[in-house]
Amino acid sequence: MDLRLNWVGFKTLLRKEVLRVVRIWVQTIVPPAITMTLYFIIFGNLIGRRIGTMDGFDYMQFIAPGLIMMSVITNSYGNVVSSFFGAKFGKHVEEMFVSPMSNATIILGHVCGGVARGLMVGTLVTVVALGFTNLSISHPLITFSIVILASLVFALLGFVNAVFARKFDDIAIIPTFVLAPLTYLGGVFYSISLLPEFWQRVSLGNPILYMVNAFRYGILGVSDIDIIWAYMIIIAFILGLFSLNLALLNRGIGTRE
Amino acid sequence: MYALTINNLKKVYPNGVEALKGINIDVESGDFYALLGPNGAGKTTAIGIITSLVNKTSGTTEVFGHNIDSEPEAAKACIGVVPQELNMNLFDTVLNIVVNQAGYYGIDRGTALKRAQKYLTELRLWDRRMDAARALSGGMKRRLMIARALVHEPNLLILDEPTAGVDIEIRRSMWEFLRRINEAGTTIILTTHYLEEAENLCRHVAIIDEGKIIENTRMSEILRKLQREVFVLNLESPLEKAPHLSGFDAILVEERELEVALDKNDSLNTLFNVLDHHGITVTSLRNKANRLEELFIRLVESRQQPLVSSGD
Repeated sequence: MDLRLNWVGFKTLLRKEVLRVVRIWVQTIVPPAITMTLYFIIFGNLIGRRIGTMDGFDYMQFIAPGLIMMSVITNSYGNVVSSFFGAKFGKHVEEMFVSPMSNATIILGHVCGGVARGLMVGTLVTVVALGFTNLSISHPLITFSIVILASLVFALLGFVNAVFARKFDDIAIIPTFVLAPLTYLGGVFYSISLLPEFWQRVSLGNPILYMVNAFRYGILGVSDIDIIWAYMIIIAFILGLFSLNLALLNRGIGTRE
Repeated sequence: MYALTINNLKKVYPNGVEALKGINIDVESGDFYALLGPNGAGKTTAIGIITSLVNKTSGTTEVFGHNIDSEPEAAKACIGVVPQELNMNLFDTVLNIVVNQAGYYGIDRGTALKRAQKYLTELRLWDRRMDAARALSGGMKRRLMIARALVHEPNLLILDEPTAGVDIEIRRSMWEFLRRINEAGTTIILTTHYLEEAENLCRHVAIIDEGKIIENTRMSEILRKLQREVFVLNLESPLEKAPHLSGFDAILVEERELEVALDKNDSLNTLFNVLDHHGITVTSLRNKANRLEELFIRLVESRQQPLVSSGD
């Protein structure tokens, strides 16, 4: 593999993706910020005041890390799925496939574009959260590494969705029927210690739980799960999903006739 | 050195359609090569396989000696492709489309901008560089796809109907441009439904029909196979009826327009002697139909079964 060629190709793809996010910021950046503000107002401020504390923190502080993580993963996913499926639909994905750039670079370029959007939105939501509550970062390294790794997982998942999608409806199915339920049941709004033991065990099968809790541990210093275990699961997902995407592109599934 | 070597290339689509039935093609470096065929003959499938957009069923393809399976990076780096269908982000700017494509070939942004300026200027698009591609006319979009295909300065340029839907003035300026590119050393493979275009530009021609190559030779050779040509003669003085020209079939189309058919062995000198003998002065003449077009239709039609049995 020509590393220099692929490095330039990667930079080109990443630049293109970031410019796309910035160009249509009203569609990409603003809506999640508004949605999260509403969450903070309704769940944090209005309802949260009646809930009191959770794991020793007031409810607004407790849900803030989960809401930030939720915005990061949904936007990382949404960016890659819409960008790559859009390129497939408009046939300009062919610009990449006829070039000598490797399939791994094509995946990384799109995925890092998704991560970039996730981080942009995540930063904005953090600023919004600071308007409602005080947040200090207990473990900065864990906070930043988890947010990037979780964002990578969902960007890679978005790529898988885009590869298989044949029509626009197909890119909405996974976020609606899989991503949203897993996110809401992933401990964003509650600690799984509140659940009966059986549902606690079921919740441990939800990968989003590990991401939300690891991120919460990074900020608040509390978590329902073991952090090392969370890292291992997230990294396993990244490796598995990257390999899956690479195999799909190499075999031309969903992209070549 | 061959720019392109295709050996026994086959493609069967999942629905069972056999698009390519084992084609063989050798394109010499520096050639201007026409790949012709009716709709659905397999031209675009062949181009799709060469450019890695379509998975082949079997066979081998090499680009300047690089096998597209074992050395895809080197093979792809040699190819520039202008597809039949528009395949660019219509919401992106003209400049971005070209510069990004250069980036995918590992060309740094500074060089890409210089090359984009060069090719967009040559293709008369530089003034529109900041416009979104969707704002361009059909002809401009085609020219943009050519600029995009050239930005990494490929050794092999593949053009799949590049002038479809383009007006004659722009088509001719594109011919001139492609001629210059070819003279500068770029091998060009052209598919087109304008056979005049192929006859004017190409030195070799392959005709593909129903997934098989049915003719593959020099353009001059194939034109020599034409058995009969019809010329349209414009006359100085009007005629009332078609003259009896010994050895030639003549039809008076209008009072000053005469159509004369010449067999392969007839010469125009003999025709002019006969016309002279009848006191007919010719002011100008032209072929009634494009020569390659006549041959193409004959070759393809001879392979097709009649839609309705003549005996019914």
